[in-house]
Amino acid sequence: MTATLSTSPEEREVSPRRVRPLRRAWGQLTSMRTALLLLFLLALAAVPGSLLPQRNLDLLAVQTYYAEHPSLAPTLDRLYLFDVYASPWFMAIYLALMISLVGCLAPRIRLHARALVRRPPAPPAHLSRLPAYRSWVTDAAPAEVEASAAKALRRWRVRSYDGRGVAAERGYLRETGNLLFHVALLTLLVGIGIGAAYGYQGAVLVVEGDTFVNTPAAYDELRPGRLNSVEDLPPFEVTLDDFRATYLDNGAPTSFAADVRWRPSPDDAVRPRTVKVNEPLTVDGARVYLLDHGYALHFTATLPDGTVIYDQWQPFLPERGDPNLASDGALKITDLPGGLPDIGLRGLFTPTLGVRQGFAYSQFPAAHLPAFAYEVWAGDLGLSSGVPQSVYDLDTSKMTKTSNGIVFEGQTIERLPGGATLTFDGVKDFAVFQVTVDPGKYLVLGSAVAALTGLVLSLRVRRRRVWVRATPTEAGTLVEVGGLARQDPEAFAPEVARLAERMGGPP
Amino acid sequence: MPIDAGLASASDNLLFAAVVAYVVAMLGYFVEFASGRRVPLPIAGGATDTALPPSYVASVESASRRGRLGLWCGRGAVALTVVGWGLHAGAAVLRGLATDRVPWGNMYEFSSMVCLIGVTSFLVLLVRQPVRYLGGFVMLPVVLTLGLASSVLYAPAAPLVPALNSYWIKIHVVAAMTAFGVFMVGIVATLLYLVAVRLEARGRGASRLPAAASLDRVAYRTIAFAFPIWTFAVMAGAVWAEASWGRYWGWDPKETWSFITWVLYAGYLHARATAGWRGSRAAWVAVAGFVALMFTYYGVNIWIPGLHSYSGV
Repeated sequence: MTATLSTSPEEREVSPRRVRPLRRAWGQLTSMRTALLLLFLLALAAVPGSLLPQRNLDLLAVQTYYAEHPSLAPTLDRLYLFDVYASPWFMAIYLALMISLVGCLAPRIRLHARALVRRPPAPPAHLSRLPAYRSWVTDAAPAEVEASAAKALRRWRVRSYDGRGVAAERGYLRETGNLLFHVALLTLLVGIGIGAAYGYQGAVLVVEGDTFVNTPAAYDELRPGRLNSVEDLPPFEVTLDDFRATYLDNGAPTSFAADVRWRPSPDDAVRPRTVKVNEPLTVDGARVYLLDHGYALHFTATLPDGTVIYDQWQPFLPERGDPNLASDGALKITDLPGGLPDIGLRGLFTPTLGVRQGFAYSQFPAAHLPAFAYEVWAGDLGLSSGVPQSVYDLDTSKMTKTSNGIVFEGQTIERLPGGATLTFDGVKDFAVFQVTVDPGKYLVLGSAVAALTGLVLSLRVRRRRVWVRATPTEAGTLVEVGGLARQDPEAFAPEVARLAERMGGPP
Repeated sequence: MPIDAGLASASDNLLFAAVVAYVVAMLGYFVEFASGRRVPLPIAGGATDTALPPSYVASVESASRRGRLGLWCGRGAVALTVVGWGLHAGAAVLRGLATDRVPWGNMYEFSSMVCLIGVTSFLVLLVRQPVRYLGGFVMLPVVLTLGLASSVLYAPAAPLVPALNSYWIKIHVVAAMTAFGVFMVGIVATLLYLVAVRLEARGRGASRLPAAASLDRVAYRTIAFAFPIWTFAVMAGAVWAEASWGRYWGWDPKETWSFITWVLYAGYLHARATAGWRGSRAAWVAVAGFVALMFTYYGVNIWIPGLHSYSGV
């Protein structure tokens, strides 16, 4: 048997007379060849998910792909190619692999358990036929030779066969490690399953000065596990006091930090804390991560009679892939008195304005010259229609554009519809926090550690058998040492030589 | 974190000197390889002490002068490899001092470190086994990678982006680089094994390559050494991902490809123990594993946007 990591080193022998179809199928499934093919199939099946956009990673990218390939996308979607890792065929492959694994492991665990209790087998008749062999003649009596052999084989499992010699074996940990590795893979999968069923993940955007209270409604996006009703979330609160980012002169960021105050529940005292990219806040089994950041703009809109019709912070979403944080957003002013039409503004916020060929862009990610390049629309925003819409864009199907321009922080846009004015009052940072609860992750971590330990054992430990026989002859006692190595046989001859030396043999 | 420009340019110069040393070493290894005696192929059964045919003895005698030149070229190549390794390590240390951080923060630095580890593992292997014949074939990808790294992938010395600023960069990335460097020696031995198998199958009387079985052993040992390190790298990456992004596994392209690499190398280890897969079929699986590994690093960084995109092209 030259098994290294195998779970079934030899194809199982099934007597042809008694083969039943079910049994044969089971034998096929749990054969090493099938396991190997399933392994390659798993690798192959994972590929498309890295080449096509995936819903679990980037919903927007999937929508973009749909727009760009309108005829191809639905076909791909029917094949689950936008949800590869949750697709039935991906699951089928790894479930088949797991079943095959269980089928391989069960008999091997039984066999190994039996081997662990059983003593090493009796020496063969002719030790000199073994691949590693040493012999010499000594004055010591056979019993003394056996005693010194037992001493030299202290870390081996030794059994003395009266008159026939001493048998020794070592390296059981190899198979123990091998089995541990494969069992740990199974428990790792169980851990993943527990996390997917009972955990949840949410993202929330918090503007400086605002407080996030951990309730389902407070999330901008909440993905509960399949068996988690997210009814009683831990009642913690997090207030964002200050978001700080530092940049190099070329705009590359060097640090992000969010100074927060938090408490596990409304009854507790508030504690300060700084959350950074690699340093989440842990509260009640939930982890709060700093995921992203951007800018929120404050505007005040006033009618000619002094009525304030808009007064709020509006976050703008950084454009994808722009390191200088040019951001898109919209203002929606509705329910105006006197039957005035809705007013909507949309456009681009640039933390540090630059203009290139008549287009606004951002030159730097920090807010050095904040400006808002806008379009003003008047008409019906469609908010009362009940159809959900993005807070970062306008539905202009029932609106008309009335003006456009650029406004800097502190400036006012005059002559809005209805004679209203709009002042760009201020800029604040916002942070996006991700809240994650994963009750399965410690099982996953423990399994991973166990799997790694098992793997190292199964690759490094070598299994060896050695027999020592002392035969009285006319010239003295003939000592013979013979050995069989299952792994690394080239290195075994010197090992046997060293053993022989320790028993008093010639160097 | 100010950048010390003097140290940074000294680092670049040291790396250039290291590449020169490696190139000359590579030539030395190849001269020895080309002038090396042709070893008779083992006859099935593996008897090593069979009498040598007279024609072979004569050819050894006529080649003995050439052989001596080759021997000295080989020894000089090893000396130059050690010198190059020292310069290379010095370049890495200076880059770290210049930027006041670990010197593996972008693709240029990572590639250089992988090569450094590749050369290290070759030298370690050389101490334990007579594998000097591998020298030129290890130096070739090292020189090519360093050449590409310092031209196409070159990034001036700069601080780390925030996402990388964690002690996990010392654990996860070191493990990934180490595995990559050792796998690199593994793929060299695997490819030579495949060549040797072909030559032996064609029944060529003698080859300058050692026996296929011994190449296979070198390949297996390096891969079996690197595989747990790669496993650890993936796991450490998952722990870092959990600390940084709030989930330990999310099928990000980098994660996906490191998984594919892992599965293929696991397949290689299993294939060696499966009837019908031993030998060159298993070796091809190892080749596929290395291709996936290359894609995990270069392909994903260059072509696929994902969470690892900050690594900097």
